[in-house]
Amino acid sequence: MISLRINGRSVAVDADEDTPLLWVVRDEIGLTGTKFGCGIGMCGACTVHVGGRATRSCITPLGAVAGADVTTIEGLDPAGQHPVQKAWISLQVPQCGYCQSGQIMQAAALLKDFPDPSDQDIDAVMTGNLCRCMTYVRIRAAIKQAAAELKGAAGRE
Amino acid sequence: MLKRTLIALAALAALGVVAFGALAWRAPIAPITPPAASSFAPALVAQGETLAAAGNCATCHTRRDGAPFAGGLAMQTSFGTIYSTNITPDPETGIGAWSEDAFRRALHEGVARDGGHLFPAFPYDHFTKLSDTDVHALYAYLMTRPPVHAPAKASKLPFPLNLRALQAGWKLLFFRPGRFQPSPAHDQQWNRGAYLAEALGHCGACHTPRNALGAEKRNQAYAGAPIDNWTAPPLTAANPSPAPWTTPELLAYLGSGVSPLHGVAAGPMAPVVHAGLAKLPEADLRAVVAYIETVGGGDARAAATAPAVSRALAADRLGLGATYDADARLYTAACASCHYNAGAAPNAARPDLALNSAVSLPDPTNLIRVTLYGVGANEGAPGIVMPGFGAGFSDADVARIAAYLRRTRTSLPPWSNLEQKVAAIRAQGRGE
Repeated sequence: MISLRINGRSVAVDADEDTPLLWVVRDEIGLTGTKFGCGIGMCGACTVHVGGRATRSCITPLGAVAGADVTTIEGLDPAGQHPVQKAWISLQVPQCGYCQSGQIMQAAALLKDFPDPSDQDIDAVMTGNLCRCMTYVRIRAAIKQAAAELKGAAGRE
Repeated sequence: MLKRTLIALAALAALGVVAFGALAWRAPIAPITPPAASSFAPALVAQGETLAAAGNCATCHTRRDGAPFAGGLAMQTSFGTIYSTNITPDPETGIGAWSEDAFRRALHEGVARDGGHLFPAFPYDHFTKLSDTDVHALYAYLMTRPPVHAPAKASKLPFPLNLRALQAGWKLLFFRPGRFQPSPAHDQQWNRGAYLAEALGHCGACHTPRNALGAEKRNQAYAGAPIDNWTAPPLTAANPSPAPWTTPELLAYLGSGVSPLHGVAAGPMAPVVHAGLAKLPEADLRAVVAYIETVGGGDARAAATAPAVSRALAADRLGLGATYDADARLYTAACASCHYNAGAAPNAARPDLALNSAVSLPDPTNLIRVTLYGVGANEGAPGIVMPGFGAGFSDADVARIAAYLRRTRTSLPPWSNLEQKVAAIRAQGRGE
Protein backbone atom coordinates (compact mmCIF):
# COMPACT_ATOMS: atom_id res chain seq x y z
CA MET A 1 0.00 0.00 0.00
CA ILE A 2 1.36 3.40 -0.97
CA SER A 3 -0.31 6.50 0.44
CA LEU A 4 -0.49 9.91 -1.18
CA ARG A 5 -2.95 12.76 -1.59
CA ILE A 6 -4.76 13.38 -4.85
CA ASN A 7 -6.66 16.66 -5.13
CA GLY A 8 -6.56 17.02 -1.36
CA ARG A 9 -7.95 13.56 -0.71
CA SER A 10 -5.81 10.92 0.99
CA VAL A 11 -5.62 7.74 -1.02
CA ALA A 12 -3.87 4.44 -0.38
CA VAL A 13 -3.09 2.53 -3.54
CA ASP A 14 -2.41 -1.18 -3.67
CA ALA A 15 -0.20 -1.26 -6.73
CA ASP A 16 3.41 -2.00 -7.51
CA GLU A 17 5.67 0.95 -6.77
CA ASP A 18 6.83 0.95 -10.40
CA THR A 19 3.27 1.62 -11.61
CA PRO A 20 3.18 4.97 -13.40
CA LEU A 21 1.29 7.65 -11.51
CA LEU A 22 -0.83 8.18 -14.64
CA TRP A 23 -2.16 4.61 -14.41
CA VAL A 24 -3.05 5.19 -10.76
CA VAL A 25 -4.78 8.48 -11.45
CA ARG A 26 -6.83 7.17 -14.36
CA ASP A 27 -7.45 3.49 -13.61
CA GLU A 28 -7.29 3.24 -9.81
CA ILE A 29 -8.73 6.61 -8.80
CA GLY A 30 -10.86 7.06 -11.91
CA LEU A 31 -9.84 10.62 -12.76
CA THR A 32 -9.67 10.47 -16.54
CA GLY A 33 -9.05 14.14 -17.27
CA THR A 34 -5.32 13.44 -17.38
CA LYS A 35 -4.41 11.90 -20.74
CA PHE A 36 -1.96 9.32 -21.98
CA GLY A 37 0.08 10.60 -24.90
CA CYS A 38 3.51 9.23 -25.61
CA GLY A 39 4.29 7.34 -22.39
CA ILE A 40 7.91 8.53 -22.32
CA GLY A 41 7.57 12.04 -20.88
CA MET A 42 7.99 13.78 -24.21
CA CYS A 43 4.54 15.17 -25.06
CA GLY A 44 3.14 16.63 -21.83
CA ALA A 45 -0.42 15.27 -22.16
CA CYS A 46 -0.12 13.53 -18.78
CA THR A 47 1.07 16.60 -16.84
CA VAL A 48 -0.15 16.85 -13.25
CA HIS A 49 1.19 18.78 -10.29
CA VAL A 50 3.28 17.05 -7.63
CA GLY A 51 3.98 19.35 -4.71
CA GLY A 52 2.73 22.18 -6.93
CA ARG A 53 5.27 21.47 -9.69
CA ALA A 54 4.28 20.33 -13.18
CA THR A 55 5.23 16.67 -13.49
CA ARG A 56 4.86 14.12 -16.30
CA SER A 57 2.80 11.42 -14.63
CA CYS A 58 3.42 8.76 -17.29
CA ILE A 59 7.07 8.39 -16.26
CA THR A 60 6.63 9.11 -12.55
CA PRO A 61 6.50 5.83 -10.61
CA LEU A 62 4.01 5.52 -7.79
CA GLY A 63 6.85 4.79 -5.36
CA ALA A 64 8.39 8.21 -6.05
CA VAL A 65 5.26 10.09 -4.96
CA ALA A 66 4.63 8.27 -1.67
CA GLY A 67 3.42 10.90 0.78
CA ALA A 68 3.29 13.61 -1.89
CA ASP A 69 0.49 15.96 -2.90
CA VAL A 70 -0.78 15.35 -6.43
CA THR A 71 -3.16 17.71 -8.21
CA THR A 72 -4.85 16.73 -11.46
CA ILE A 73 -6.84 18.89 -13.86
CA GLU A 74 -9.97 17.99 -11.85
CA GLY A 75 -8.42 19.52 -8.73
CA LEU A 76 -6.81 22.62 -10.22
CA ASP A 77 -9.82 24.73 -9.27
CA PRO A 78 -12.94 23.43 -7.52
CA ALA A 79 -15.20 25.14 -10.07
CA GLY A 80 -12.98 24.79 -13.11
CA GLN A 81 -12.43 28.55 -12.92
CA HIS A 82 -8.65 28.79 -12.68
CA PRO A 83 -7.54 31.88 -14.65
CA VAL A 84 -5.85 29.60 -17.20
CA GLN A 85 -9.07 27.61 -17.62
CA LYS A 86 -11.09 30.82 -18.03
CA ALA A 87 -8.66 32.14 -20.63
CA TRP A 88 -8.80 28.75 -22.38
CA ILE A 89 -12.55 29.07 -22.80
CA SER A 90 -12.67 32.74 -23.66
CA LEU A 91 -10.02 32.39 -26.36
CA GLN A 92 -11.39 29.03 -27.55
CA VAL A 93 -7.91 27.55 -27.33
CA PRO A 94 -8.48 23.83 -27.94
CA GLN A 95 -9.23 22.22 -31.23
CA CYS A 96 -9.40 18.47 -30.58
CA GLY A 97 -8.68 19.06 -26.87
CA TYR A 98 -6.65 15.95 -26.16
CA CYS A 99 -3.55 17.83 -24.94
CA GLN A 100 -5.36 20.57 -23.09
CA SER A 101 -5.43 19.21 -19.55
CA GLY A 102 -1.65 18.80 -19.73
CA GLN A 103 -1.24 22.22 -21.34
CA ILE A 104 -3.38 23.87 -18.66
CA MET A 105 -1.54 22.16 -15.79
CA GLN A 106 1.82 23.15 -17.25
CA ALA A 107 0.64 26.72 -17.88
CA ALA A 108 -0.74 27.08 -14.34
CA ALA A 109 2.61 25.95 -12.95
CA LEU A 110 4.45 28.27 -15.34
CA LEU A 111 2.57 31.30 -14.02
CA LYS A 112 3.60 30.54 -10.45
CA ASP A 113 7.28 30.77 -11.42
CA PHE A 114 6.92 33.42 -14.14
CA PRO A 115 4.01 35.71 -13.21
CA ASP A 116 4.77 37.95 -16.18
CA PRO A 117 6.09 35.49 -18.77
CA SER A 118 7.89 36.62 -21.89
CA ASP A 119 7.43 34.74 -25.17
CA GLN A 120 10.80 33.15 -24.49
CA ASP A 121 9.71 31.96 -21.03
CA ILE A 122 6.57 30.44 -22.55
CA ASP A 123 8.58 28.75 -25.33
CA ALA A 124 11.06 27.30 -22.86
CA VAL A 125 8.57 25.98 -20.34
CA MET A 126 5.80 24.89 -22.75
CA THR A 127 7.94 23.24 -25.45
CA GLY A 128 7.55 19.87 -23.73
CA ASN A 129 3.75 20.09 -24.22
CA LEU A 130 2.87 19.14 -27.77
CA CYS A 131 -0.33 20.14 -29.55
CA ARG A 132 -0.85 18.24 -32.78
CA CYS A 133 -3.62 20.65 -33.79
CA MET A 134 -0.99 23.41 -33.68
CA THR A 135 -2.93 25.74 -31.38
CA TYR A 136 0.33 27.12 -30.00
CA VAL A 137 -0.49 30.72 -30.87
CA ARG A 138 -3.73 30.58 -28.91
CA ILE A 139 -2.02 28.74 -26.03
CA ARG A 140 0.49 31.57 -25.75
CA ALA A 141 -2.28 34.19 -25.87
CA ALA A 142 -4.25 32.37 -23.18
CA ILE A 143 -1.23 32.21 -20.90
CA LYS A 144 -0.74 35.95 -21.27
CA GLN A 145 -4.41 36.64 -20.62
CA ALA A 146 -4.33 34.45 -17.50
CA ALA A 147 -1.16 36.21 -16.35
CA ALA A 148 -2.91 39.55 -16.73
CA GLU A 149 -5.90 38.32 -14.70
CA LEU A 150 -3.62 36.93 -11.97
CA LYS A 151 -1.69 40.20 -11.84
CA GLY A 152 -4.93 42.15 -11.65
CA ALA A 153 -6.09 39.95 -8.80
CA ALA A 154 -2.78 40.42 -7.03
CA GLY A 155 -3.08 44.20 -7.54
CA ARG A 156 -6.56 44.31 -6.00
CA GLU A 157 -5.54 42.39 -2.86
CA MET B 1 70.99 -28.07 7.10
CA LEU B 2 67.82 -27.74 5.00
CA LYS B 3 65.85 -29.51 7.66
CA ARG B 4 67.11 -27.13 10.31
CA THR B 5 66.24 -24.11 8.18
CA LEU B 6 62.77 -25.48 7.58
CA ILE B 7 62.24 -26.08 11.27
CA ALA B 8 63.47 -22.60 12.07
CA LEU B 9 61.16 -21.09 9.44
CA ALA B 10 58.21 -23.10 10.69
CA ALA B 11 58.94 -22.03 14.25
CA LEU B 12 59.19 -18.41 13.13
CA ALA B 13 55.92 -18.67 11.24
CA ALA B 14 54.24 -20.27 14.25
CA LEU B 15 55.60 -17.52 16.46
CA GLY B 16 54.27 -14.95 14.01
CA VAL B 17 50.83 -16.53 14.08
CA VAL B 18 50.86 -16.59 17.87
CA ALA B 19 52.04 -12.98 18.05
CA PHE B 20 49.39 -11.86 15.54
CA GLY B 21 46.80 -13.88 17.41
CA ALA B 22 47.76 -12.08 20.61
CA LEU B 23 47.53 -8.75 18.81
CA ALA B 24 44.19 -9.61 17.24
CA TRP B 25 42.59 -11.21 20.27
CA ARG B 26 39.92 -9.22 22.06
CA ALA B 27 38.10 -10.62 25.07
CA PRO B 28 34.38 -11.20 24.78
CA ILE B 29 32.31 -8.98 27.03
CA ALA B 30 29.78 -10.96 29.07
CA PRO B 31 26.22 -10.87 27.75
CA ILE B 32 23.62 -9.01 29.77
CA THR B 33 19.87 -9.27 30.09
CA PRO B 34 18.51 -6.35 28.03
CA PRO B 35 17.77 -3.46 30.40
CA ALA B 36 14.14 -2.39 30.59
CA ALA B 37 13.34 0.54 28.30
CA SER B 38 11.99 2.37 31.34
CA SER B 39 15.45 2.34 32.90
CA PHE B 40 16.62 5.02 30.45
CA ALA B 41 15.71 8.66 31.08
CA PRO B 42 13.44 10.02 28.30
CA ALA B 43 15.64 13.10 27.88
CA LEU B 44 18.66 10.89 27.31
CA VAL B 45 16.75 8.78 24.78
CA ALA B 46 15.65 11.94 22.95
CA GLN B 47 19.24 13.15 22.82
CA GLY B 48 20.28 9.77 21.47
CA GLU B 49 17.60 9.99 18.81
CA THR B 50 19.03 13.25 17.48
CA LEU B 51 22.54 11.82 17.54
CA ALA B 52 21.48 8.60 15.80
CA ALA B 53 19.79 10.70 13.10
CA ALA B 54 22.84 12.91 12.55
CA GLY B 55 25.02 9.81 12.51
CA ASN B 56 22.69 8.22 9.93
CA CYS B 57 22.66 4.90 11.79
CA ALA B 58 19.29 3.92 10.33
CA THR B 59 20.33 4.59 6.73
CA CYS B 60 22.79 1.69 6.68
CA HIS B 61 21.24 -0.46 9.41
CA THR B 62 17.83 -0.68 7.72
CA ARG B 63 17.11 -2.55 4.54
CA ARG B 64 14.50 -1.38 2.09
CA ASP B 65 11.02 -1.98 3.54
CA GLY B 66 12.69 -3.50 6.61
CA ALA B 67 12.18 -2.64 10.28
CA PRO B 68 14.31 0.31 11.41
CA PHE B 69 17.78 -0.67 12.69
CA ALA B 70 17.19 -4.38 11.98
CA GLY B 71 20.03 -4.45 9.43
CA GLY B 72 20.30 -6.56 6.30
CA LEU B 73 21.15 -3.78 3.85
CA ALA B 74 23.57 -5.08 1.24
CA MET B 75 26.69 -2.97 0.79
CA GLN B 76 28.70 -3.53 -2.34
CA THR B 77 32.33 -2.88 -1.51
CA SER B 78 35.29 -3.40 -3.80
CA PHE B 79 36.10 -6.47 -1.69
CA GLY B 80 32.70 -8.16 -1.80
CA THR B 81 29.17 -7.78 -0.48
CA ILE B 82 28.59 -7.34 3.21
CA TYR B 83 25.33 -6.84 5.04
CA SER B 84 24.60 -4.37 7.80
CA THR B 85 23.76 -5.87 11.16
CA ASN B 86 20.76 -5.77 13.44
CA ILE B 87 21.26 -3.06 16.08
CA THR B 88 17.85 -3.39 17.71
CA PRO B 89 17.95 -4.68 21.31
CA ASP B 90 17.01 -8.24 20.34
CA PRO B 91 19.22 -10.37 22.62
CA GLU B 92 19.76 -13.17 20.07
CA THR B 93 20.20 -11.39 16.75
CA GLY B 94 20.66 -7.75 17.74
CA ILE B 95 22.58 -5.94 20.47
CA GLY B 96 20.20 -6.69 23.33
CA ALA B 97 22.89 -8.65 25.19
CA TRP B 98 25.43 -5.86 24.78
CA SER B 99 26.35 -3.88 27.85
CA GLU B 100 27.15 -0.21 27.39
CA ASP B 101 30.83 -1.16 27.69
CA ALA B 102 30.46 -3.56 24.77
CA PHE B 103 28.58 -0.95 22.74
CA ARG B 104 31.22 1.68 23.49
CA ARG B 105 34.01 -0.70 22.51
CA ALA B 106 32.28 -1.38 19.18
CA LEU B 107 32.08 2.35 18.40
CA HIS B 108 35.48 3.29 19.74
CA GLU B 109 37.51 0.24 18.70
CA GLY B 110 35.50 -1.63 16.08
CA VAL B 111 35.16 -4.79 18.16
CA ALA B 112 31.90 -6.70 18.62
CA ARG B 113 30.68 -7.92 22.01
CA ASP B 114 31.99 -11.42 21.30
CA GLY B 115 35.47 -10.01 20.66
CA GLY B 116 35.32 -10.31 16.85
CA HIS B 117 36.74 -7.45 14.81
CA LEU B 118 34.19 -5.45 12.84
CA PHE B 119 34.74 -4.61 9.19
CA PRO B 120 35.52 -0.94 8.56
CA ALA B 121 32.37 -0.56 6.44
CA PHE B 122 31.13 0.25 9.92
CA PRO B 123 32.81 3.65 10.28
CA TYR B 124 34.37 3.08 13.70
CA ASP B 125 37.37 5.02 12.39
CA HIS B 126 35.04 8.03 12.79
CA PHE B 127 33.01 6.85 15.79
CA THR B 128 36.23 6.38 17.79
CA LYS B 129 36.14 10.17 18.12
CA LEU B 130 32.69 10.16 19.77
CA SER B 131 32.54 11.38 23.35
CA ASP B 132 31.50 8.91 26.04
CA THR B 133 28.51 11.16 26.79
CA ASP B 134 27.23 10.83 23.23
CA VAL B 135 27.86 7.08 23.19
CA HIS B 136 25.84 6.90 26.42
CA ALA B 137 22.91 8.68 24.76
CA LEU B 138 23.13 6.58 21.58
CA TYR B 139 23.08 3.42 23.69
CA ALA B 140 19.98 4.65 25.53
CA TYR B 141 18.24 5.36 22.24
CA LEU B 142 19.07 2.06 20.54
CA MET B 143 18.29 -0.05 23.62
CA THR B 144 14.82 1.49 23.79
CA ARG B 145 13.91 0.63 20.15
CA PRO B 146 11.51 -2.24 19.55
CA PRO B 147 13.60 -5.44 19.41
CA VAL B 148 13.43 -7.19 16.05
CA HIS B 149 14.47 -10.80 15.49
CA ALA B 150 16.58 -10.57 12.34
CA PRO B 151 19.66 -12.80 12.05
CA ALA B 152 22.63 -11.25 10.32
CA LYS B 153 23.25 -12.28 6.74
CA ALA B 154 26.65 -13.83 6.09
CA SER B 155 28.93 -11.50 4.18
CA LYS B 156 30.21 -12.56 0.78
CA LEU B 157 33.89 -11.80 1.08
CA PRO B 158 36.56 -13.97 -0.51
CA PHE B 159 39.12 -15.78 1.65
CA PRO B 160 41.19 -14.45 3.42
CA LEU B 161 39.35 -11.11 3.60
CA ASN B 162 36.53 -12.85 5.45
CA LEU B 163 38.82 -13.61 8.41
CA ARG B 164 37.87 -11.10 11.04
CA ALA B 165 41.14 -11.60 12.94
CA LEU B 166 42.99 -10.14 9.95
CA GLN B 167 41.11 -6.89 10.58
CA ALA B 168 43.56 -6.40 13.44
CA GLY B 169 46.25 -5.95 10.81
CA TRP B 170 44.13 -3.37 8.99
CA LYS B 171 43.66 -1.52 12.25
CA LEU B 172 47.39 -1.60 12.93
CA LEU B 173 48.01 -0.02 9.55
CA PHE B 174 45.21 2.52 9.31
CA PHE B 175 43.20 2.92 12.50
CA ARG B 176 44.01 5.70 14.96
CA PRO B 177 41.79 5.21 18.00
CA GLY B 178 41.04 8.17 20.22
CA ARG B 179 38.45 10.78 21.11
CA PHE B 180 37.99 14.02 19.14
CA GLN B 181 40.58 16.66 19.98
CA PRO B 182 39.39 20.24 19.48
CA SER B 183 41.70 22.52 17.55
CA PRO B 184 42.82 25.55 19.57
CA ALA B 185 43.23 27.46 16.30
CA HIS B 186 39.46 27.54 15.82
CA ASP B 187 36.49 28.77 17.80
CA GLN B 188 33.98 26.69 19.69
CA GLN B 189 31.41 26.63 16.88
CA TRP B 190 33.93 25.34 14.35
CA ASN B 191 35.14 22.67 16.77
CA ARG B 192 31.58 21.59 17.45
CA GLY B 193 31.04 21.31 13.69
CA ALA B 194 34.29 19.42 13.23
CA TYR B 195 33.22 16.98 15.93
CA LEU B 196 29.79 16.45 14.38
CA ALA B 197 31.20 16.03 10.86
CA GLU B 198 34.28 13.96 11.71
CA ALA B 199 33.03 11.80 14.55
CA LEU B 200 29.26 11.46 14.26
CA GLY B 201 28.38 12.38 10.66
CA HIS B 202 31.38 10.51 9.21
CA CYS B 203 31.27 12.75 6.10
CA GLY B 204 34.69 11.48 5.06
CA ALA B 205 33.39 7.92 4.78
CA CYS B 206 31.86 8.93 1.44
CA HIS B 207 33.66 12.14 0.48
CA THR B 208 37.26 11.02 1.12
CA PRO B 209 38.91 8.67 -1.38
CA ARG B 210 40.08 5.31 -0.08
CA ASN B 211 43.28 3.39 -0.70
CA ALA B 212 43.60 -0.11 -2.13
CA LEU B 213 42.83 -1.60 1.28
CA GLY B 214 39.75 0.54 1.77
CA ALA B 215 41.16 3.03 4.27
CA GLU B 216 40.48 6.74 3.88
CA LYS B 217 43.50 8.57 2.49
CA ARG B 218 44.34 11.02 5.24
CA ASN B 219 46.24 13.32 2.92
CA GLN B 220 43.24 13.62 0.59
CA ALA B 221 40.49 14.39 3.08
CA TYR B 222 37.19 15.34 1.40
CA ALA B 223 38.71 15.19 -2.10
CA GLY B 224 35.64 13.37 -3.44
CA ALA B 225 35.17 9.67 -4.17
CA PRO B 226 32.91 7.14 -5.89
CA ILE B 227 30.32 5.69 -3.53
CA ASP B 228 27.42 3.28 -4.08
CA ASN B 229 27.43 3.85 -7.85
CA TRP B 230 27.37 7.63 -7.36
CA THR B 231 30.08 10.25 -7.09
CA ALA B 232 30.51 12.02 -3.76
CA PRO B 233 31.81 15.40 -4.99
CA PRO B 234 34.85 17.04 -3.40
CA LEU B 235 34.08 19.26 -0.43
CA THR B 236 37.41 21.02 -0.93
CA ALA B 237 38.15 23.98 -3.18
CA ALA B 238 38.46 21.35 -5.95
CA ASN B 239 34.66 21.13 -6.07
CA PRO B 240 33.86 22.08 -9.66
CA SER B 241 30.54 23.87 -9.06
CA PRO B 242 30.77 27.25 -10.82
CA ALA B 243 29.24 29.01 -7.81
CA PRO B 244 31.25 28.54 -4.62
CA TRP B 245 29.74 26.69 -1.67
CA THR B 246 29.23 29.67 0.62
CA THR B 247 27.74 29.59 4.11
CA PRO B 248 24.17 30.39 2.93
CA GLU B 249 24.34 27.72 0.21
CA LEU B 250 25.65 25.08 2.64
CA LEU B 251 23.05 26.02 5.21
CA ALA B 252 20.21 25.69 2.71
CA TYR B 253 21.53 22.45 1.23
CA LEU B 254 22.43 20.66 4.46
CA GLY B 255 19.44 22.00 6.39
CA SER B 256 16.68 21.46 3.82
CA GLY B 257 18.10 19.45 0.93
CA VAL B 258 17.52 22.35 -1.46
CA SER B 259 19.94 25.13 -2.33
CA PRO B 260 19.31 27.95 -4.78
CA LEU B 261 22.57 27.48 -6.68
CA HIS B 262 23.61 23.88 -6.15
CA GLY B 263 20.48 21.87 -6.69
CA VAL B 264 19.10 19.26 -4.34
CA ALA B 265 20.46 16.46 -2.18
CA ALA B 266 19.97 13.35 -4.32
CA GLY B 267 21.21 9.78 -4.21
CA PRO B 268 22.97 8.68 -1.04
CA MET B 269 23.08 12.32 0.14
CA ALA B 270 19.27 12.51 0.35
CA PRO B 271 18.95 10.52 3.59
CA VAL B 272 22.06 12.22 5.01
CA VAL B 273 20.12 15.48 4.86
CA HIS B 274 16.49 14.46 5.30
CA ALA B 275 16.90 11.71 7.88
CA GLY B 276 19.97 13.22 9.49
CA LEU B 277 21.26 16.77 9.35
CA ALA B 278 17.78 18.27 9.07
CA LYS B 279 17.01 16.83 12.52
CA LEU B 280 19.92 18.62 14.17
CA PRO B 281 19.25 21.65 16.37
CA GLU B 282 19.86 24.89 14.45
CA ALA B 283 23.05 25.66 16.39
CA ASP B 284 24.54 22.27 15.53
CA LEU B 285 23.60 22.59 11.85
CA ARG B 286 25.29 25.99 11.76
CA ALA B 287 28.35 24.47 13.41
CA VAL B 288 28.57 21.74 10.74
CA VAL B 289 28.24 24.44 8.06
CA ALA B 290 30.96 26.54 9.72
CA TYR B 291 33.31 23.57 9.62
CA ILE B 292 32.49 22.35 6.10
CA GLU B 293 32.76 25.91 4.75
CA THR B 294 36.38 26.03 5.85
CA VAL B 295 37.08 22.74 4.05
CA GLY B 296 36.28 24.38 0.71
CA GLY B 297 36.79 28.03 1.62
CA GLY B 298 33.69 29.06 -0.33
CA ASP B 299 33.02 32.33 1.49
CA ALA B 300 36.37 33.77 0.40
CA ARG B 301 35.37 33.11 -3.22
CA ALA B 302 31.83 34.50 -2.88
CA ALA B 303 32.57 37.10 -5.58
CA ALA B 304 32.59 34.28 -8.14
CA THR B 305 28.87 33.70 -7.58
CA ALA B 306 27.44 36.62 -9.56
CA PRO B 307 29.35 35.95 -12.81
CA ALA B 308 28.57 32.23 -12.55
CA VAL B 309 24.88 33.02 -12.15
CA SER B 310 24.81 35.36 -15.15
CA ARG B 311 26.58 32.76 -17.30
CA ALA B 312 24.05 30.16 -16.18
CA LEU B 313 21.08 32.38 -16.97
CA ALA B 314 22.54 33.20 -20.39
CA ALA B 315 22.93 29.47 -21.09
CA ASP B 316 19.27 28.96 -20.20
CA ARG B 317 18.32 31.12 -23.19
CA LEU B 318 20.21 28.87 -25.63
CA GLY B 319 18.50 26.60 -28.10
CA LEU B 320 14.94 27.81 -27.48
CA GLY B 321 12.50 28.27 -30.34
CA ALA B 322 13.10 26.93 -33.83
CA THR B 323 16.53 25.35 -34.13
CA TYR B 324 18.31 22.75 -36.21
CA ASP B 325 20.26 21.60 -33.15
CA ALA B 326 18.59 18.27 -32.40
CA ASP B 327 20.37 18.04 -29.03
CA ALA B 328 18.94 21.41 -28.02
CA ARG B 329 15.46 20.36 -29.13
CA LEU B 330 15.65 17.17 -27.09
CA TYR B 331 16.90 19.08 -24.04
CA THR B 332 14.26 21.79 -24.31
CA ALA B 333 11.40 19.34 -24.79
CA ALA B 334 12.45 16.99 -21.99
CA CYS B 335 14.15 19.21 -19.42
CA ALA B 336 13.51 22.94 -19.86
CA SER B 337 9.94 22.90 -18.55
CA CYS B 338 11.44 22.38 -15.10
CA HIS B 339 15.06 23.53 -15.40
CA TYR B 340 14.77 26.77 -17.39
CA ASN B 341 15.39 29.95 -15.42
CA ALA B 342 15.03 33.63 -16.24
CA GLY B 343 15.20 36.86 -14.29
CA ALA B 344 17.89 37.91 -11.87
CA ALA B 345 18.52 34.61 -10.07
CA PRO B 346 17.69 30.93 -10.50
CA ASN B 347 14.61 29.62 -8.72
CA ALA B 348 15.61 26.96 -6.17
CA ALA B 349 12.63 24.86 -7.31
CA ARG B 350 14.03 24.96 -10.86
CA PRO B 351 17.54 23.59 -10.28
CA ASP B 352 19.79 25.36 -12.76
CA LEU B 353 21.91 22.73 -14.44
CA ALA B 354 24.68 25.13 -15.44
CA LEU B 355 25.39 25.58 -11.74
CA ASN B 356 24.97 21.96 -10.69
CA SER B 357 28.08 19.93 -9.92
CA ALA B 358 26.52 16.96 -11.77
CA VAL B 359 27.31 18.76 -15.03
CA SER B 360 30.78 19.96 -14.06
CA LEU B 361 32.21 16.90 -12.28
CA PRO B 362 34.92 15.00 -14.19
CA ASP B 363 32.62 11.96 -14.17
CA PRO B 364 29.06 12.02 -15.59
CA THR B 365 27.69 9.39 -13.19
CA ASN B 366 25.52 11.66 -11.04
CA LEU B 367 23.94 13.38 -14.05
CA ILE B 368 23.22 10.06 -15.78
CA ARG B 369 21.77 8.48 -12.63
CA VAL B 370 19.39 11.37 -12.01
CA THR B 371 18.35 11.47 -15.68
CA LEU B 372 17.64 7.73 -15.73
CA TYR B 373 16.07 7.27 -12.32
CA GLY B 374 14.81 10.70 -11.24
CA VAL B 375 14.52 12.04 -7.71
CA GLY B 376 11.71 10.87 -5.41
CA ALA B 377 9.44 13.00 -3.22
CA ASN B 378 11.32 11.83 -0.12
CA GLU B 379 14.66 12.88 -1.60
CA GLY B 380 15.84 16.22 -2.97
CA ALA B 381 13.22 18.91 -2.43
CA PRO B 382 10.65 17.29 -0.12
CA GLY B 383 7.30 16.58 -1.79
CA ILE B 384 8.58 17.32 -5.30
CA VAL B 385 9.69 14.72 -7.81
CA MET B 386 11.78 14.54 -10.91
CA PRO B 387 10.60 11.61 -12.99
CA GLY B 388 13.29 9.31 -14.35
CA PHE B 389 13.60 9.21 -18.13
CA GLY B 390 15.18 5.76 -18.18
CA ALA B 391 12.07 3.93 -19.28
CA GLY B 392 11.48 6.07 -22.36
CA PHE B 393 14.92 7.27 -23.36
CA SER B 394 17.52 5.18 -25.12
CA ASP B 395 21.10 5.21 -23.87
CA ALA B 396 21.88 7.44 -26.85
CA ASP B 397 19.19 9.99 -25.84
CA VAL B 398 20.48 10.22 -22.27
CA ALA B 399 24.05 10.51 -23.56
CA ARG B 400 22.99 13.30 -25.93
CA ILE B 401 21.42 15.34 -23.16
CA ALA B 402 24.50 14.87 -20.96
CA ALA B 403 26.84 15.84 -23.81
CA TYR B 404 24.66 18.85 -24.70
CA LEU B 405 24.70 20.16 -21.13
CA ARG B 406 28.44 19.64 -20.84
CA ARG B 407 28.95 21.46 -24.17
CA THR B 408 26.65 24.40 -23.53
CA ARG B 409 26.81 24.81 -19.74
CA THR B 410 30.53 24.41 -19.08
CA SER B 411 33.84 25.10 -20.78
CA LEU B 412 35.14 21.73 -19.55
CA PRO B 413 36.32 18.92 -21.83
CA PRO B 414 33.54 16.66 -23.12
CA TRP B 415 32.85 13.38 -21.33
CA SER B 416 34.05 10.33 -23.23
CA ASN B 417 32.16 7.08 -23.93
CA LEU B 418 28.95 8.56 -22.62
CA GLU B 419 26.63 6.05 -24.23
CA GLN B 420 28.57 3.11 -22.76
CA LYS B 421 28.48 4.80 -19.35
CA VAL B 422 24.71 5.22 -19.59
CA ALA B 423 24.37 1.53 -20.51
CA ALA B 424 26.58 0.54 -17.57
CA ILE B 425 24.61 2.67 -15.11
CA ARG B 426 21.35 1.31 -16.48
CA ALA B 427 22.70 -2.20 -15.88
CA GLN B 428 23.54 -1.29 -12.26
CA GLY B 429 19.89 -0.40 -11.67
CA ARG B 430 18.48 2.24 -9.41
CA GLY B 431 19.86 0.61 -6.27
CA GLU B 432 18.26 0.44 -2.85
